[in-house]
Amino acid sequence: MDALPVPLAAYQILAAVLFTIGVVGVLVRRSALIIFMSIELMLNAVNLSFVAFSRQHASMDGHIFVFFVMAVAAAEVAIGLAILVAIFRNKETANVDDVHLLKG
Amino acid sequence: MDTLNLLWLVPTLPLLGAILNGLGAGKLPRPIVSAIGVGSVGLAFAIAVSSVRTLFQVPSEERFFLQTLFSWIDSGDLSVAVRLGLDPLSAVMMLVVTGVGFLIHVYSTGYMSHEKSYGRYFAYLNLFTFCMLMLVLADNFLVMFFGWEGVGLCSYLLIGFWYQRPSAAEAGKKAFIVNRIGDWGFLIGVFLIFINFGSLDYGRVFSEAPARLAMGGALATAIALFLFVGAIGKSAQLPLHVWLPDAMEGPTPVSALIHAATMVTAGVYMIARCHVLFALAPTALLVVAIVGAATALFAATIGLVQKDIKRVLAYSTVSQLGTMFLAMGVSAYTAGIFHLMTHAFFKALLFLGAGSVIHALSGEQDMDRMGGLRKYLPRTHLTMLIATLAIAGVFPLSGFFSKDEILWKAFENGGPILWACGAIGAFLTAFYMFRLYFMTFHGSERLTPEAKHHLHESPNSMTIPLLLLAVLSVVGGWIQIPLLQGAQRLEGFLEPVFADLQHLGGEAAHGATAAAGTGAAGAHHDPTLEVALMAISLAIALAGIFLAHRFYVKDPQAPHRLAERARGLYELLWNKWWVDEIYDARIVQPIVRLSNRLWKDVDAAVVDGAVNGVGKKVEQGAGWLRLAQTGYVQMYALILTLGMVVVFGYLALR
Repeated sequence: MDALPVPLAAYQILAAVLFTIGVVGVLVRRSALIIFMSIELMLNAVNLSFVAFSRQHASMDGHIFVFFVMAVAAAEVAIGLAILVAIFRNKETANVDDVHLLKG
Repeated sequence: MDTLNLLWLVPTLPLLGAILNGLGAGKLPRPIVSAIGVGSVGLAFAIAVSSVRTLFQVPSEERFFLQTLFSWIDSGDLSVAVRLGLDPLSAVMMLVVTGVGFLIHVYSTGYMSHEKSYGRYFAYLNLFTFCMLMLVLADNFLVMFFGWEGVGLCSYLLIGFWYQRPSAAEAGKKAFIVNRIGDWGFLIGVFLIFINFGSLDYGRVFSEAPARLAMGGALATAIALFLFVGAIGKSAQLPLHVWLPDAMEGPTPVSALIHAATMVTAGVYMIARCHVLFALAPTALLVVAIVGAATALFAATIGLVQKDIKRVLAYSTVSQLGTMFLAMGVSAYTAGIFHLMTHAFFKALLFLGAGSVIHALSGEQDMDRMGGLRKYLPRTHLTMLIATLAIAGVFPLSGFFSKDEILWKAFENGGPILWACGAIGAFLTAFYMFRLYFMTFHGSERLTPEAKHHLHESPNSMTIPLLLLAVLSVVGGWIQIPLLQGAQRLEGFLEPVFADLQHLGGEAAHGATAAAGTGAAGAHHDPTLEVALMAISLAIALAGIFLAHRFYVKDPQAPHRLAERARGLYELLWNKWWVDEIYDARIVQPIVRLSNRLWKDVDAAVVDGAVNGVGKKVEQGAGWLRLAQTGYVQMYALILTLGMVVVFGYLALR
């Protein structure tokens, strides 16, 4: 197998950057919608990493995992958005700080 | 032996009656309640009589019948079967319990006819008969203990029958608690027997006792004394006699059945049953004799001054039971059982007669408000006179023979001091019983107008049992006439039971004490002495009667003058030697104080404090932990992330 035009480390650095952006987005943004998008970002960072490793090792395992992650992410988004719509109908807000009924 | 196979019905029928009347209480009509209550005991009596008749047809050594009903406990070394044992001793007791019990049931239909809880009363009374029969017919110590506790329970229930009255409820409690003290001793005795014999069956224990227990040894003495503690409680001997006079709060037929004729004699029966164990412990026998003699005297002195007709009879019962224990203590078992039987007749009659008087006077019990009832209650008067003569020991009524036999044996086996105690007790008995008789039936009428208005002789259902018991009180003693050849039928009948004492007596250190009491020929050593003692005791009885006549008929002011002159003594006797007060101050109050302290300082402070403290601490800890639950989802996410950073950092830098 010929060498990659782009070295593996570059993929990893990009994946790490994307993941960190996703984590920070989940932690600091207050809008539930943005938080969802940040979570997608984290998942896709992982997917990128998977695909890169898969190519490096010439194995299909990573690809299969990526498909699984995308399928689960799609399902998660569907349920998550449904909850979000339900909350918005009740509270007229998508701000997660306003939804803290379960505090001790 | 066919009729003997019906033996199980004797206790079962009253149990059935108790269940039926107990479940149907308040619903069944009165005639049916009476039929069940009286019929079950009557049928049991009939079966008992036929069983005993069958028993008579076999040779005397074979008069021992066992009927196993079912296995009760089978655990390790302990194997207890519910088994009925019929031998001459239990036969006598069974006849007394069912026979006198039957008459008292009949009497109760009249006496309790105005009572609301008629069914409950008969349920209790039948239950008592069942328990007493189990006690008597038991063939091992555990079944006897079952009956022992059962009669205690029924006694409690019946003393407190009128539970709306605080004094009755209190008296029931007192009887139960005082009995518990005795039961404790009985149970310890049974434990000791089981540890040392590995069995609770009479047959094994009594046949192995001479081999396993040293004559006069500490173990034999301990077993005998602990059993005797049980007898003290149940039979109201010093120092546990205090419950019996209070037990008079119950209905009068109950006093007659439970607290005179049957239950209180259970202690005497138990000692006669365990005579082998007691024969091995001469010290314990001496204690029995001394306690019996002391109780006989002590209770008689109190009986001299009491005003309540039932209380006089109660103290008289305590005193008579003391006489029976005196007989047990001097190994005169036959005499003791003989007196138990005659006492059941005349004391039941006295109580029922007193009940008839109380019934006639609409509940009046104070003898100061009686007097001159002879012409209004002719039947009651006649039967009471017979019973009083019998208990005083006048020839040829039953009490004369039984009491005299005990006194003679006390003299022969126990010495003049025990005899003198018994004789003085007999004198006091004759005096206070005739005081009761004269105060009730003779002299001026001191009735309240209201009582006089309702005055009536009791119905037949009450007077016929009285008449039957009166006949028994007269002829009951004739089965055991001293001196005449072949006239000691009871002794001959009971001989197989007490036969094992003969060879035991041979080994006895105090041979004379243990052995002479039971031998068929034991009474014929010195007829002159026996006749002389008999004459003395008859003279004593007549002197008591004469004195009572002087005091309460000829010169009714004399007792008051005497009481004035000997104020202190009178107060002492009137207050029952202050025994109740002493117990209250020395035992009851300290226990109450201790309990209060335990309650407040230990239970409330330590136990509750620990439990509540743990709860408080948990609540406090939870209060701190809940601060972490802010409800802000991003806070949780942050903590999760930080945790991950820490874990990965640790793994990376390791």
